Formats: sequence, C-alpha cells, structure tokens
Amino acid sequence: MTSKTHIPAEKEYLVSNVLLNESVELPLEVEKVLKFVRRDKVKYPVIYVGTGSCGLISGAAETLAEAIRYLEERDIKAEVVETGCMGYCSMEPVVDIQLPGRTRVSFRNVTAGILPFVLDGMFNSMIPEEYVLGQYHDPSLELWKGIPLIGELPFFSIQHKNLMKNWGRISPLSIEEYISTGGYRSYVKAIRSYTHEEVCDIVEKSGLQGRGGGGFLTGKKWKVSHSVIADQRYLLCNANESDPGGYANRAMIESDPHRLIEGVAIGAYAVGTSKAYIYINNDYRTAITRLENAIEQAREYGLLGHNVFGSGFNIDIIIRKGPGAFVCGEETAMISSIEGKRGMPRPKPPYPAVSGLFGKPTVVNNVETLSNIPAIFENGPGWFGSIGTPEAKGTKMLVLSGKVVNHGIIEVPMGTRVRDIIYTAGEGITGNKGFKAVQLGGPSGGFLAAGNIDIPYDFKSLADEGVYMGSGGIVVLDEECCIIDTVKYFMDFIQKESCGKCIPCREGTRRMLEVYENITRRPVDENGHTTLERFKGVMQLENLAGVIKDTSLCGLGQKAPNPVMSSLRYFRNDYEEHIFDRKCSAGVCKELRLFYIDVDKCTGCTVCAPKCPVNAIIGTKHHPFFIVEQKCTGCGICYDVCKFSAISVK
Amino acid sequence: MEEQTSAILEKYPRGHRDCLIPVLQDLQEQFGYISETSVVEVGRYLDLPSGKIYGLASFYNQFRFEPLGRFHIRLCHGTSCHVSDATSIFNELKKRLEISPGQTTRDGMFSLELVACMGACHLAPLIEVNGNYHTGLEPGDIKEIIDSYIEGED
Repeated sequence: MTSKTHIPAEKEYLVSNVLLNESVELPLEVEKVLKFVRRDKVKYPVIYVGTGSCGLISGAAETLAEAIRYLEERDIKAEVVETGCMGYCSMEPVVDIQLPGRTRVSFRNVTAGILPFVLDGMFNSMIPEEYVLGQYHDPSLELWKGIPLIGELPFFSIQHKNLMKNWGRISPLSIEEYISTGGYRSYVKAIRSYTHEEVCDIVEKSGLQGRGGGGFLTGKKWKVSHSVIADQRYLLCNANESDPGGYANRAMIESDPHRLIEGVAIGAYAVGTSKAYIYINNDYRTAITRLENAIEQAREYGLLGHNVFGSGFNIDIIIRKGPGAFVCGEETAMISSIEGKRGMPRPKPPYPAVSGLFGKPTVVNNVETLSNIPAIFENGPGWFGSIGTPEAKGTKMLVLSGKVVNHGIIEVPMGTRVRDIIYTAGEGITGNKGFKAVQLGGPSGGFLAAGNIDIPYDFKSLADEGVYMGSGGIVVLDEECCIIDTVKYFMDFIQKESCGKCIPCREGTRRMLEVYENITRRPVDENGHTTLERFKGVMQLENLAGVIKDTSLCGLGQKAPNPVMSSLRYFRNDYEEHIFDRKCSAGVCKELRLFYIDVDKCTGCTVCAPKCPVNAIIGTKHHPFFIVEQKCTGCGICYDVCKFSAISVK
Repeated sequence: MEEQTSAILEKYPRGHRDCLIPVLQDLQEQFGYISETSVVEVGRYLDLPSGKIYGLASFYNQFRFEPLGRFHIRLCHGTSCHVSDATSIFNELKKRLEISPGQTTRDGMFSLELVACMGACHLAPLIEVNGNYHTGLEPGDIKEIIDSYIEGED
C-alpha cells in the first residue's frame, strides 16, 4: 500500500470546505477530515522515508524500495510515504514510523539493510534503541517511554520551525497534505479580500527583509514596482543558489514546494502580475521534478491559471532552468539569462523594478523570502515581528556543515548567537579538535574567529564584523583547516565564476588568486627579496580588495573581496606564518610541507624511495633513509606509503 | 539524430531568443552534449548566428561540447568538501583519467564534471557516477572505484 491510495478527502471537498471557507476556525467535522489527511491520526501503521537530496545520496531510495518490499513480503497493511528532509542531514536516511494511537518515532541512519531490523522491532513493540532519534510530541497520542522528544534534541532545541514546519512531516508530492496544514488559505483569502496595496502593506508591516542577503524590506520593494505604469510586469523567484556549501533553497523546494508556490502566487498578486518565473539551477533535479509536480497540482486545483476562484486574478508560474552560473543569482544577470543571453549583470539604474525582464518592471525575490509570505498572512504581521530582533525580524534558514558533529539545515530566529548555532545545534567540533574559524555566507561572506562568535546572527551584527549573510551557509573550520587555503579556494571559485564584464572583478579577482598562489607556493630559492615580494603582494591585497569593492559592477564583484578582508582582519598570524616562516601549521598547503624521517623508526625497507617523484629520498637498504630538503616538494606520497609511521611533517 | 533534433525544436513554435537556453538544455538532455550540427540547426531555427549560440553556451558551466563518457563522474567541490580535502580527490581523478572537467577520456569510458554543491555535506567528499554515490572518499579509494566500473563494463 503506497501513498497513492491515501485520499481521505477529494479535491472538491477541500476546495469548498477549506480553501473557500474564510472563517479562521474550520468546522469540527472538516478539522477531523484534515487530521486524517495530515496523518495526525492513522488507522494503519505508516512508514515515512525522508527523500531530500541529502537523504537520497545517503541511500533513501533503496530504503524506500526496501520498505515496500518488506510490507509486501509479509502482507502487512501499512502505508509508505515519501517526505522531505527534516533538516538533520547527518542522520539521513531518516525513517519515521507511526503506529495507530502512538506518537511518531524517528529513526536515524536507516539504510536498506537496517530497515527490516527496525521494522521488526517496531511491529513487535521492541524499539530498536540504537537507531532511535526521537519522537514527535502530540498530546492526543500515547508517548513511547524512554524516547526523547525531537524538539528536545540539541540539534532542534534552538530552532524555531516556521518555514521548515512541514519538512519531513508531510509529503512534498501531495497538495492535499499541504492544504491540510493550512496551506493556500492565505493565498485564497488575499486574492479574494485584499487589494494589491493591502497585501504590500501587510508584508511591509511585518518587517520581512529580503533573504537573499540584501536585507531590503520586501513589502517596500513590491510597492516600488507599482509606481511604474506598464502593460506587463513580472515576478522572478531566485532559486539559482549554486553556492558551494549552501543548499537551503533547494531543500525548501524538495521538502515543501507548495509553500514556495503559495508565496510566489501571493507575491504576484501584490505586484499585480500574471506571470511569475522561478529561476532554478538545472542541477537540482529532484527539486525541479517536485516543483513541476506541485505547479501541476496547483493548476488542477484551480489555484493557478485564469480567473482564480472568480477573483479576476490570473497567474501562471513558469520554471526556468539555469544552466549553472553563480553570477545568475544577481538579479540583472538572471534577467539576462531568462532573456536567452549570457548571464551578465547590467548597470543599475534602471533598477529591475522599473525596467527588468524584457524591459518591463520586474520584482526579484529569493526563495526564502517568498516562502515566508504564507505564514505572515496566516498568523498576521505582528506575529512575524515578534520573532527575531527588532531590527531583523523572523527566522533564517542556515546550512550547517564543515567540521561540526551535526550537519544539516536549521531554522533559527534572527539574532541567535553564532556560538549557539555551532556548539548547541552543531554539538561542537568533530573529534574534539580545536575551533579555528567559521565561514559564513559562502564566497561572498567572510570568516569569524573564536573571539567573535558570540555575536548575534542578523544582518547588521554580521556586517559590523565585515561578514555578509549571503545564502546562509555556515562552514565550521577546525585547527586542521588552513584559512589561507580556504580563501584561495573562494578566490578560485569567484575568479572562475566572474562573468568577465567589468575589469575590477575579472582582473582583480585573478590577481588576488595569484597572490594566494604565491604565498602557498614553495619558492624556487630563498635568496633575493622573494619574501619581501610576497609580503608586498599581501600589502597590495588590501588595496586591491578596496578597489574591487568600490568599482565592480554587481554584487558578486563587490562582495568578492569579503573573504580576503575578513581573513586579513582576524587571521593575520596565518598570513605571516605562510609568508615568513614558509610554514602551514595546519599542514594543508602541500607545497609548504616538509617531511623528515625519524631515524629510530625507519627500518630501511626502501618502500618510500622509489615512490618519491623527485628522488629526494636517499639511503641504503636496512639503514635509516633521509629526505633531501632542497629537493622535497612536500607531496606527501612517502608519508602515505610508510608502514612504520617513520615519516612526519615538520 | 536530425529527427530527434527537429522533434525538440518543434516543441518551441515561433521560438524567440528566450527559448535558446531551454532548447540547448533539451538537446543536451537528449544527446549528452551540444554538437556542432545541433548548434547550426538551432541557429537556423531561431534565426541566430552560430557564434552567438556558442558564445552563450560556453558561458554557462553546465553545457558540454564533448559526448558524455559511458560513466559520467561528478565531483562535489563545495566549501565543506574542500575542507574535507576534495582537492586531493580531484587531483587523483585527473591523474587516473588524464582528463580535465568537461572532457571525456579517449576511449569514451569516463567524463568528469565539477559541481558547486550536491547538498550532502555530511558525506564529504563525494562523487556521483551515473547516479551511484561514493561518499566519504580518500584519494586511495579512487583507483578501486574506477577499476570497478571498468571491470563491470568488461
């Protein structure tokens, strides 16, 4: 029995009793039906398998197939449901099991091989404790003894689930389930009872700021586009992302696509357009399929299309697949890309709100911004303002990764301390190593050192520290990571992704990369003024960064020096160590490593000498060998092949 | 091939320039890459010079101009993968296969692509080969993985 058979409510019923019912409280009998749609109450056991990208890569597809096979083989009447990601990526594949009358229990790392064991246990009332993650709280159901509540786990304890409230709970493939959680009611109410201006007012009053990083008031942005008279306008939803280490938008679409569609539809109504585009990276295959499916369902329900529910509002949502360019996350570059040109930004003004896509007024919003809209209408602008800080309202989705124990997507109120994110939700550094830095916001972001992680996570506090919020990526670096190498990686990325239109970005980022390559390269000889030259490069770095920041055409270029500036600010010692001592204490910059052989441990087995690509290891058999420092390139092959751990890094 | 190309083009009646990217994406989906002939065909259909089309396609990371290998290897190179030493994996792949990203080996067995982020940072570093994921890699694992695909083909 699969999820397809689970239809306790038909389309007509949901439309007339839920969507078109404008009272705040729904009648009891309707609520009862919705309870079954949401699976608050179940008649048969239900097995939920989390199938976000992170889950699928961890093997969720196999787990899903195994679940169906298991039930068929034993002829058990149960339902298997595909859900989105619950956000706790390091626990994937996550499987939830709900037995009638009992609360829903989550299990972690349930691969296809483990699933039968977990199911055997659950069906025989013997919970396989080693795989238990926690149970969801529901006062009307009987709790399992000895199992922690999901909300009390450290990873979830600091979170405030608003955008992510459906993640991992309902199926992203079913519009009925989304409607049963209150979905699309705000949209229908907005288009039937509010004017365009009222919708803009409500969003402005809530204080919602653009989540793409700019932090501009969304309601205000919508209003600006009204000031231009035009026969056609467009709403663009920016789902390009393509950020290394940021995938919150992708997971949003994979786990709750209808929330985005509802947000886009309300946004389109507010700016008065009948055409909205969602620009999504073509690599996000699962997300695209789910989005297409969701749009199709919304059309069937009459939520999209001509004259929606007799309100006179027409709306069509078109998906445009971005062929992979980081710069297309910049609004004017994205517009060029949709127009079928190279994704290059244009100078502003004119702003897209005045002249954008095909020369018409265009409003560009981020996935996260638009996904916030339905809840603002559901709970009121005041509710939204009560979350977060007075300056930065609402919640923010973050992707926590790197050298932390818990990886995943979290949603915290604005103003949460960075330390709490790393040490409470992330549960600290893996392997009890020391904390070195945290990188926020991807290639346009910056670093924070150990002394600065007590700052609150919001637009202004981060900007004061020279860090840009960007896409919300948080990559934690431990003492075995090299700051210089990480900045070099970002420079390499930006330099490759620079569109090449303006010189400061195209040439400047290339020069910055060269400076980093220079200080991480083994010098041919230490004579002359090479050290001084290298240092001069770093001195110029600050200058260069300033010029790039001031003169680049678009946000990508203007923010390109951020990793450089913030690393210079907090990690000057690392720079000096690389330049003067020619050393990388983390041992990451390969060319700066020097290896030596411990004479007590070396048995003279001769394994390493022939493997050395530069013949730097010499010696006689059965006697300790040694490495000629001048020849050694620091490749580390000898270190890898030595069976006696006789080779170490200096 | 020509029939398939025209079938794709027919999906875009009265197409303008804004169809160019979707058309190229469909072609790549069908053939695995964008060939010279398809660029010319598209140019004729949309009334655009081939140079413009090539200029557009070469701007974006995802368009390929060489046929895919039988095994298409995608390496994740996000920040999290980078701090988990994905660079060594990348170098090892380049060394073993003797190709750069976007290229295909001479025998047509393997092709390589770098991806900004696959969204599985907890499994870093990782590669995807024709939909199969190999995660938590060490440079030493690469030889075995490549060999296993070569053997499977024999």
